[in-house]
Amino acid sequence: MSGAGVDPGGSRPAGAAGGPAGAAVAPEPPPDVVRRAGPGDVAFTPRDRYHDLVAAYRASGFEMLSDLCGVDYLTHPGRSLPEGVEPERFEVVANLLSVSQRRRVRVRVQVPASDPVVDTLFDLYPGAEAMEREAFDMLGIRFVGHPDLTRILMPEDWEGHPLRKDFGAGRVPVQFKEAPGPR
Amino acid sequence: MSDVVDEGTRQVGRAAWGSAETSEGAQELYPRPSTSSRELEREVGSVLRLPEGGVLNSGDIDVERPEDETMIINMGPQHPSTHGVLRLMLELDGEVVLRTKPVIGYLHTGMEKTGEMLTYVQGSTNVTRMDYLSPLNNELVFSLATEALLGLEMPPRVVWIRMMMSELQRVSSHLMWMATNGMDLGSTSMMIYGFREREMVLSFFEKTTGLRMNHNYIRPGGVAADLPDGWEDDVTVLCDTVEARTYEYDELLTGQPIFRERTEAVGNLTAEGALALSATGPILRSTGVPWDLRRTMPYLAYDQVDFDVIVGTYGDNFDRYAIRLNEIRESVRIVRQCVEKMPSGDYRIQDKKVTPPPRARIDESMEALIHHFKIFTEGFRVPEGEVYVAIESPRGELGCYLVSDGTSKPYRLHIRGPSFVNLQSLPTMLRGGLMADAVAVISSVDPVMGEVDR
Repeated sequence: MSGAGVDPGGSRPAGAAGGPAGAAVAPEPPPDVVRRAGPGDVAFTPRDRYHDLVAAYRASGFEMLSDLCGVDYLTHPGRSLPEGVEPERFEVVANLLSVSQRRRVRVRVQVPASDPVVDTLFDLYPGAEAMEREAFDMLGIRFVGHPDLTRILMPEDWEGHPLRKDFGAGRVPVQFKEAPGPR
Repeated sequence: MSDVVDEGTRQVGRAAWGSAETSEGAQELYPRPSTSSRELEREVGSVLRLPEGGVLNSGDIDVERPEDETMIINMGPQHPSTHGVLRLMLELDGEVVLRTKPVIGYLHTGMEKTGEMLTYVQGSTNVTRMDYLSPLNNELVFSLATEALLGLEMPPRVVWIRMMMSELQRVSSHLMWMATNGMDLGSTSMMIYGFREREMVLSFFEKTTGLRMNHNYIRPGGVAADLPDGWEDDVTVLCDTVEARTYEYDELLTGQPIFRERTEAVGNLTAEGALALSATGPILRSTGVPWDLRRTMPYLAYDQVDFDVIVGTYGDNFDRYAIRLNEIRESVRIVRQCVEKMPSGDYRIQDKKVTPPPRARIDESMEALIHHFKIFTEGFRVPEGEVYVAIESPRGELGCYLVSDGTSKPYRLHIRGPSFVNLQSLPTMLRGGLMADAVAVISSVDPVMGEVDR
């Protein structure tokens, strides 16, 4: 068999970042980032340095963004955070994976409710596309620079963001065809 | 299908970050004049980047193609070969696919939101319905995440039962894939064979867990029941049969000229493309990256069993077929070792906080009755914290990000569905291929819509 036919992804350059034999540079987190021991590294970063930090990780061998999601901490404001991190209502959690070093790091960034906007990771990891759309759809966090920030799971005419804690699930009255009308 | 689109509406939809944040038709694929160049590049598939940051193949992206030569058609959500309710919008030039956009959400049931309203005890009944072809893996990742927050160490028998069931699930899921893939490529006998063998695995599941699917068998704190009497014989017969049959499939498909024509060099993906698009599982391994969480980040007892990670070379449909076929054999190999090494002991942890008392105790002890009642009504409290646990499901990395606020219900339950993320690689794999191959490529991604939409 041959792979010489259709090759939409382009040719494979020598020494691609893909192989586990790729350069293994130990990532040095920027000094302003608070790290915490536990199952997997967790990095906290202010919103304005979020993109730079992820770019630094990307450069140091984290080839894949394995997951990205948002969390609404509206009803749990007193969560434990390391010193120096101001809790905000929303949090965006990006799970980076290094295939070459077999490591994970979780970047958590605080996003205020008044201005739920963070930079997109799409330019670093194209795989962020669907995940950021999901976070936008579910929590209303906007990703600046995302090429197509539209709803992905909910219908387009849906109002509100269902995973927000103040969304009030189950309060929409269900309409049955046979049910008697309001009068 | 929407050939006519009001440019004004679209711009408003894009800019409307105001009150309602709705935009009619915004998820669909649009003709080129009404698509921004950046989005167009994404849809065309040029977003894959070289390590040094340059955009790949910007020269040969056919952005300039005149609109009147192309046609946008809808495939799905009711198309039989989309494996559920996947809807693809394809831009075609004749029979050649230029752009693809998966439109998903038709099976969205809000399981992550539901998970926040159920206790940890009830949680596994919820997550098991996400990926309905490998429900035990969903339960496993949820249970592992809960146990990581609780700080519980499982008894060895629990670990090995979970591992064996998870591998049997992989066998059944891959058999199902072989069946549907055969169907998509016109091999109806493969469809019958795949379902036939899968039924054997499901009957063993039924014997063990009581149900063929959606088992709620793996729970936080152990498994629901011990393996049934005589399980060794059942599993051995199962392994012998499935393994022998894989060689029949080999004979039926692998050398078959039509099958090879339709799979070889179809739906190619490069290693850095797969990594950039966060593709995992057989898709990533087909490109030559030996990434299997069972080996690279072992969980359960995968570091104590002997198995090979199957890796492809070209990243095409045939590689993905070969990987799945061989993974059935490797899973059978692991299951045999599980039968051999299965430790004795308890099938659940004896931690009074999470484990309900045995049924017999409830009849004779008031405290046991109250204890049982409390666990099943109120649930157990899980310490505050957050954790991300990932396992290798048949489709790739299945992750669970669990946030606890110290109560008996998850504060946030996020499932990283491998099918959801893998679908992103479709536009790249389909581009430049034939419309007829699109069916084969969708099949080789193995999307399970229950997991994509959750």
